[in-house]
Amino acid sequence: MPRAVAPTPARPAGRDARPAGDRAEKHRPMVRFDTVTRRFADVTAVDRLGLDIREGEFFALLGPSGCGKTTLLRMLAGFERPDDGRILLAGEDIAAVPPWQRPVNMMFQSYALFPHLTVAGNIAFGLKQERLPRPEIDARVAEMLRLVRLEGLGGRRPHQLSGGQRQRVALARALAKHPKVLLLDEPLAALDKKLREETQFELMALQERLATTFVIVTHDQEEAMTMADRIGVMNHGRLAQVGTPAEIYEQPRSRWVAGFIGDVNLIDGTVAAIASDGIEIADAAGRRFRAAGAPPVQTGDAVTLAVRPEKFAVATGADAAGADVAGAAPVNSVAGKVADIGYLGDISVYKVRLDDGTVLKASVTNAHRHTTPAIGWDDTVRLSFPPAAAAVLTE
Amino acid sequence: MRRLSPFNLVSLALGLAFLYVPILILVVYSFNASRLVTVWGGFSTRWYVALMQDRALQEAALTSLGIALASATLATVLGTLAALALTRLGRFRGRLPFAAMIYAPLVMPEVITGLSLLLLFVAVGFERGAATVTIAHTTLTMCFVAVVVQSRLAGFDRSLEEAAQDLGCPPLRTFLTVTLPVIAPGIAAGFLLAFSLSLDDLVIASFTTGPGATTLPIRIYSEVRLGVKPEINAVCTIFIAVTAVVVILASLATRRAERREAVSS
Repeated sequence: MPRAVAPTPARPAGRDARPAGDRAEKHRPMVRFDTVTRRFADVTAVDRLGLDIREGEFFALLGPSGCGKTTLLRMLAGFERPDDGRILLAGEDIAAVPPWQRPVNMMFQSYALFPHLTVAGNIAFGLKQERLPRPEIDARVAEMLRLVRLEGLGGRRPHQLSGGQRQRVALARALAKHPKVLLLDEPLAALDKKLREETQFELMALQERLATTFVIVTHDQEEAMTMADRIGVMNHGRLAQVGTPAEIYEQPRSRWVAGFIGDVNLIDGTVAAIASDGIEIADAAGRRFRAAGAPPVQTGDAVTLAVRPEKFAVATGADAAGADVAGAAPVNSVAGKVADIGYLGDISVYKVRLDDGTVLKASVTNAHRHTTPAIGWDDTVRLSFPPAAAAVLTE
Repeated sequence: MRRLSPFNLVSLALGLAFLYVPILILVVYSFNASRLVTVWGGFSTRWYVALMQDRALQEAALTSLGIALASATLATVLGTLAALALTRLGRFRGRLPFAAMIYAPLVMPEVITGLSLLLLFVAVGFERGAATVTIAHTTLTMCFVAVVVQSRLAGFDRSLEEAAQDLGCPPLRTFLTVTLPVIAPGIAAGFLLAFSLSLDDLVIASFTTGPGATTLPIRIYSEVRLGVKPEINAVCTIFIAVTAVVVILASLATRRAERREAVSS
């Protein structure tokens, strides 16, 4: 299989250099996992998984540790063989292609920089394997150093660099061969928080400029949400949901996804009525909630209502009084006592205990500069949310 | 830095004296002008000049160097392979006995190693000489190489090899261009250790050597039995210098690599 070498070795930096015809192909799958299974002894790391990753996409594999996301990435790189199923790269089955012949490159979590080579030597390593002529290698190394803003550091050894610089060398080395797909295994895990946030945006800008397909593995949901075009949420070797960050956050497919991505209040109940603009749900305490949309449910089905803490409007004082029984109070509105307050600076999180003991979490943006909190412990508050703010979960 | 108390200083001085005063005396007397080994007769380098004419000692030194080079090279190759097997093959069947057998010569009394090798060579009818000493020294020193190289391999980040393969480097070339250079300080240290062990071994060499292959330690020992000659002091001084240089090189090699790793991981 021929190695992927970009037709134009020196990409003009700073603008989108994609040929015009490329855009139409944007939705062709670059990578396809076709019912892929990988077992280790008695553990099934990846279980009959199917997934398409589009060309030019920034795709994130997100999941708790041990969910199989790294195994999936390593199968794409060729370090693990699937026990079952096929992996297609640009339409070709790559099962028989060893790692050193695959047109994908990986950026390792530990960076895996060669300690006996200089920065330039590290970046040139992959190019030397292709036996490119010396001037071309030098030109490509210089281009890569410019790309990751490490000009002038080509002669240094990895141990003479800071963590952030090493991360950029690893990135440059993986990009030097212009891979069809760049694999990133927890690329920012070793950086401190501030640097990590900066690097997230740098990676996004870089990906947009190169139009290379990026597949990133991360356990950090904020990282995935910030950077990725689409996210595949993994659990127990299977994809729990694939979608854009907003889809996954606002319309999670299951209780597990809702709970894994961000904070959520899950209210169990049964479908009491179905209307044209939504459904009505009754919980165990007899409270009625309305959710917009037309989920595939029937009256009497057990469902779960997912409401994110920031969807609640929190009312205090006279507005908070009144009963929760349907009809007597406004729709989707419950009253309770503040049991816990978490002040995070930009927002405050309130845990509100309802009459029946249910605890709901609500967060409020601190738009004003209060040094004495507007809502105190044991205050009676009323939480309400519009029907469109709640997601109905059946799984 | 902590200041040393007087008690600590005295202990340190006594300890170092215990270790190094005998060697110091030997070095000093190698520059003695007098023929009597225990009487100081002024500074002179005449015994070093006398060495230049001592054909037998020179030949012994050359034999020793040849054996040390050959056995250290063999031991380095075998020891490195053993270390690779122990760290890379996972929990293969018979791993524990294999490890035990590799490390056994570390603790085996040299007399027993020497005697058993002698019996073996006699049994198979192997003519004894430089070759048998080389084989014997290889068995003795390869376990030291294995230990040193294994400690390097244990700290080796396997993702370096994966990164090389990912960048288009096939496995064998990966081993040669990435693995070997990274563990090279360990291999070098192992080689130097094996070299110096072979150079100063007396017991095993005297069991396994034959006519015509007299190593330097054997030569020195046999000369000293007839009474200490000042030339021997000079030989030993040179010997100490060579060994010291080799040991210092070995520790420098390991230190340098460790420092490089400490920052990069």
